[in-house]
Amino acid sequence: MASIRQIPEADALPDFRNLGVMARVLVAVHVLALAAVALAASDWRDALQDFVAAAIQFEPPLIASLLLLYVAAPRLLRLPYWSGSLAVAALVAALAAASHAAFGPLAAIGLARALLLAAAAAAVVLGYLRLHMKAHSPALSEARLQALQARIRPHFLFNSLNAVLALIRRDPRRAERALEDLADLFRALMSDSRSLVRLADEIALLERYAAIEQLRLGDRLRLTWELDGAPVDALLPPLVLQPLLENAIYHGVEPGTGVGDVLVRIERRGERVLSRIENPQLPAGAARAGNQMALENIRERLMLFFDAEARLESRVADGRYSVEIEIPYRAGTK
Amino acid sequence: MSAGPPLKIYIADDEAPARARLRELLADIGSALPTVVVGEAPNGLEVIERLPGSGAQVLLLDIQMPGMNGLEVARHLAQLEQPPAVVFVTAHDRHAVEAFELNALDYLMKPARAERLEAALRKALAAGPPSRERLARAAPVAREYFSVAERNRISLVPVADVVYLKAELKYVTLRTRAGEHLIEEPLVALEREFGERFVRVHRNCLVARDAIRGFERAGGAEDEPRWNVVLEGFAERLPVSRRQWPALKGLLGERKA
Repeated sequence: MASIRQIPEADALPDFRNLGVMARVLVAVHVLALAAVALAASDWRDALQDFVAAAIQFEPPLIASLLLLYVAAPRLLRLPYWSGSLAVAALVAALAAASHAAFGPLAAIGLARALLLAAAAAAVVLGYLRLHMKAHSPALSEARLQALQARIRPHFLFNSLNAVLALIRRDPRRAERALEDLADLFRALMSDSRSLVRLADEIALLERYAAIEQLRLGDRLRLTWELDGAPVDALLPPLVLQPLLENAIYHGVEPGTGVGDVLVRIERRGERVLSRIENPQLPAGAARAGNQMALENIRERLMLFFDAEARLESRVADGRYSVEIEIPYRAGTK
Repeated sequence: MSAGPPLKIYIADDEAPARARLRELLADIGSALPTVVVGEAPNGLEVIERLPGSGAQVLLLDIQMPGMNGLEVARHLAQLEQPPAVVFVTAHDRHAVEAFELNALDYLMKPARAERLEAALRKALAAGPPSRERLARAAPVAREYFSVAERNRISLVPVADVVYLKAELKYVTLRTRAGEHLIEEPLVALEREFGERFVRVHRNCLVARDAIRGFERAGGAEDEPRWNVVLEGFAERLPVSRRQWPALKGLLGERKA
């Protein structure tokens, strides 16, 4: 990614052909009308009567507006946001005027007020839909994804650099390899996170990360890899496994004085891919706080990519802490 | 200081490469500041055990170590007759260091430069060993051990083993299931540090909350009864002062609830 885009997604009119949008418009207009009569009426019974009376007046232009917007949607969506919004408001006002004329002497309010109310309602509803879209926009999810990804612990970077510095004079070749590993790791950490990656690439990243940790921790870190059943062509979101291994070492090995056994097992079971990372559960005094955050982040990212089809579970049993991730098996080419 | 004997340094860090790096840097500054490494330890408990006999003048102390964090290590060592000066070392960023309230103390950030190391060593030598009060202020959490200094040795008593603390004149007696130890710290400061674990039952006594089995009547008038603390697995009773009783009564209710 070259730079941060200043305006991630320009404002866009809502998709008037989307059922959710139409339902939201209907509900919003009715809520507005209800609020208006409730404010004006003296008690609830009156308010209800007023509401029914008003509904008869505003529903025909409302439904006509929705229909017309449905038809005009492709053209409206091509307009810039603000002129599009003006067009929508004008369209709604015009339909309100037409409806006012059709009601003739039965119309409860004057034409000017009807036009004003219709335009105001259109503006409020458009504003609400804009806020709603902003809260759920893909740009926002993407930004959050990247924020989640950038959570490698700073102490890991500095300790790793320190370890490499210690190697440069005694073992320059190992120092070179360690810097290459660090470069690969940080390239992955800073990369575009929207696309899925192949499991083979994620495993390579795990191994690079593990090599750096091994350098720092030496014999204290004992890693067991069980990858024979790993479907290397499976697709998964980038960097879901590395933070888990980082957690396992940060919580299960670093704070302990002895040797810590960490297990990484990835396998395919039918149409599912199962990944499991295990570490020793250290006594409360030695353990570090703050594991739940990272897990929630990974869970959130799995949901963004796989929705309800992914599963993440952590448990403690027999003095071991384990995290298991299950995702649907989707093979990628390449 | 140029012609004197080399400065005796002790290195404490859980990562072997980090210790190697510090040795390398010490060698690099050797012509300006001659040093000799008198010992190394990979965790806090080993520093406490082995440093006192080493004659170390300066301790390069990693803050994030397994077994016991660097700040607690420094607090225990400060009880030695001739404690070393301390240079703390950390890989955390400035923000995390601020959280540690370490600003009051001197520290190096990993990876450290040779000239920074030299400056820190000179500064630590000039300042002398950090005082217990300053270390206590910098510590973000309660210690896990009490320590008893015996001439050139420090023995540690896990806080979790202590049943009660009783102040007597200059000293505080630590009572564990295995025996007694004397420490030289004011009870008020101990109450502040370990308030989560110990509760005051009397002007001169703090008792571990989880060691209290209950309370029994110990005489006194009908309308003003006196009470004793009954301890889990201990025959000894500890008197409750009239002032503390209302708070303790509530505590018992909480435990039942």
